[in-house]
Amino acid sequence: MSTEPILELKQVETFYGRIHALRGISIRVQRGEIVTLLGANGAGKSTVLRTISGLNRAAQGSIIYRGRDITGRKPHEIVEMGLIHVPEGRRIFKGMTIRENLELGSFTLKDDGERQKRMDHVFEIFPVLHERQHRDSALLSGGEQQMLAMGRALMTRPKLLLLDEPSMGLAPFLVKEIMRIIVRLNKEGVTILLVEQNARVALQLASHGYVLETGSVVIEGDAAALRKDESIVKAYLGD
Amino acid sequence: MPLLFCFPVSVCCKREPEVLGNCIWNIAMSHLDIILQQLANGVILGSFYALVALGYTMVYGIIKLLNFAHGDLYMVGGFVGFVILSAVSGLLGEGWAAITCSMVLSMLAVGLLGVIIQRVAYQPMLNAPRLSILITALAVSMILSNGVMAVTDGEYLAFTTDLGYDGLDFGNVFISYTQLMLVVSAAVLMIVLTLFVHKTLYGKAMRAIAIDQDACRLMGINVNRIIALTFFIGSSLAAAAGVMAGVYYGSLHFSMGFVIGLKAFTAAVIGGIGSIPGAMLGGLTLGILEAFGTQLPFVGSEWKDVFSFGLLILLLIVKPTGMLGKTEIERM
Repeated sequence: MSTEPILELKQVETFYGRIHALRGISIRVQRGEIVTLLGANGAGKSTVLRTISGLNRAAQGSIIYRGRDITGRKPHEIVEMGLIHVPEGRRIFKGMTIRENLELGSFTLKDDGERQKRMDHVFEIFPVLHERQHRDSALLSGGEQQMLAMGRALMTRPKLLLLDEPSMGLAPFLVKEIMRIIVRLNKEGVTILLVEQNARVALQLASHGYVLETGSVVIEGDAAALRKDESIVKAYLGD
Repeated sequence: MPLLFCFPVSVCCKREPEVLGNCIWNIAMSHLDIILQQLANGVILGSFYALVALGYTMVYGIIKLLNFAHGDLYMVGGFVGFVILSAVSGLLGEGWAAITCSMVLSMLAVGLLGVIIQRVAYQPMLNAPRLSILITALAVSMILSNGVMAVTDGEYLAFTTDLGYDGLDFGNVFISYTQLMLVVSAAVLMIVLTLFVHKTLYGKAMRAIAIDQDACRLMGINVNRIIALTFFIGSSLAAAAGVMAGVYYGSLHFSMGFVIGLKAFTAAVIGGIGSIPGAMLGGLTLGILEAFGTQLPFVGSEWKDVFSFGLLILLLIVKPTGMLGKTEIERM
């Protein structure tokens, strides 16, 4: 493992109005890794992702991505650097077709040939999107919407992908499918920071894990070690 | 001459249903020329409403702002067109070449004005409570209309053109070439807008911003730039309508934006606010209803607004989201 992380958060603090949502979070993600953020609802997992991608502003601390300080940068500037956030609840553009959703994923791209190449790649990973590319995305099932959200993010050719609860509300066989795809993307060279409620599944994929509680990191370590420690699993990760 | 079709209908109501149908048909046929003439008038009026309603609906769609200054941009568009037409008339005359030139330049100028208004007046208020930005829009409206009033001394300006009075004559129905050209121009603008919104990436981004701004940011879309683009397009369509109104009515007044602002807003709501085809449909519907409202039996044409707005209230009772308004589908 190289010593230069692709992403590093140093003592990041974020507020929602007067609510102190993140209280000095420090996280490191190495290139090529899958890292998972775990914790109960309201622990601040989504806020960590939103702060990294620039949707929320860090009041304190710094965020270093590929050696550059991106703290306070605008979200669209961060996207252009290859850091893509797939938000909680998928947030696909309902009322627009699947194809249009994917095209918007490559908004920063000028070259139409390259756009089509990337779309073919996405269709190869998610064949179901290919079949329905001209249909309204609002008609997709939950699992298909998650696939579209991930496919849309892949259109930007991400180097680092932030995934917020990709398995939320999905049937077990779909959770497996999504996780299989996450592993595949990782093998293709995408570094992944994964927020999950489903801790057991997440710890199987990840090499490293952080457990958050009320805006602070309370436990961090090797995924294998976290998985083995029954007391941690029971106390923080549910079953 | 008021159209008396309601009166004989009440006479045949007591008969069999198919006789009643025949009866209505006969009355309609005997007034066909009036119906067609009013339909033509309504389409012209409606295309002005539609062009202005588009800006209302697009701006509402992306930042949920009822831009009360929008009608005044229509008025400013008319005056800018007037100034440009006066400037170029020496060179191009006062025919369609000069009018097209002044319309295009007025669209550019007023489009830019719309962007400046958005940046200066609305952008700082985007995170403030809804009411603040609404009041800001009222203030902008007053600044624009009073500004033009001050410059023009509150006088009517004659928008003189040299288009002649020829037209298509179908017996009792007459449509002038000027009217025809205005409707065609409005249709061309609406077709171009529709193509832009559905075929280009920037157009798709405009629609996407109306659906989910944060998701757009995460796609690398510079949301502020798309908002500016939306204001540009909406304002320039209003300016086009303003110039067309100048050509059609032959005069301009600083207060002309107020009434059309209200009507275009109504058109946007009945079409389904936020929906671009809805604004076009709503505008045409309102224009046509109004044209027929001038022919109401027993009462004068000044009741046309009561007639058209009454029907619109009924429509909103039946379908509160407007004709093409969407109800949200939520699936997990």
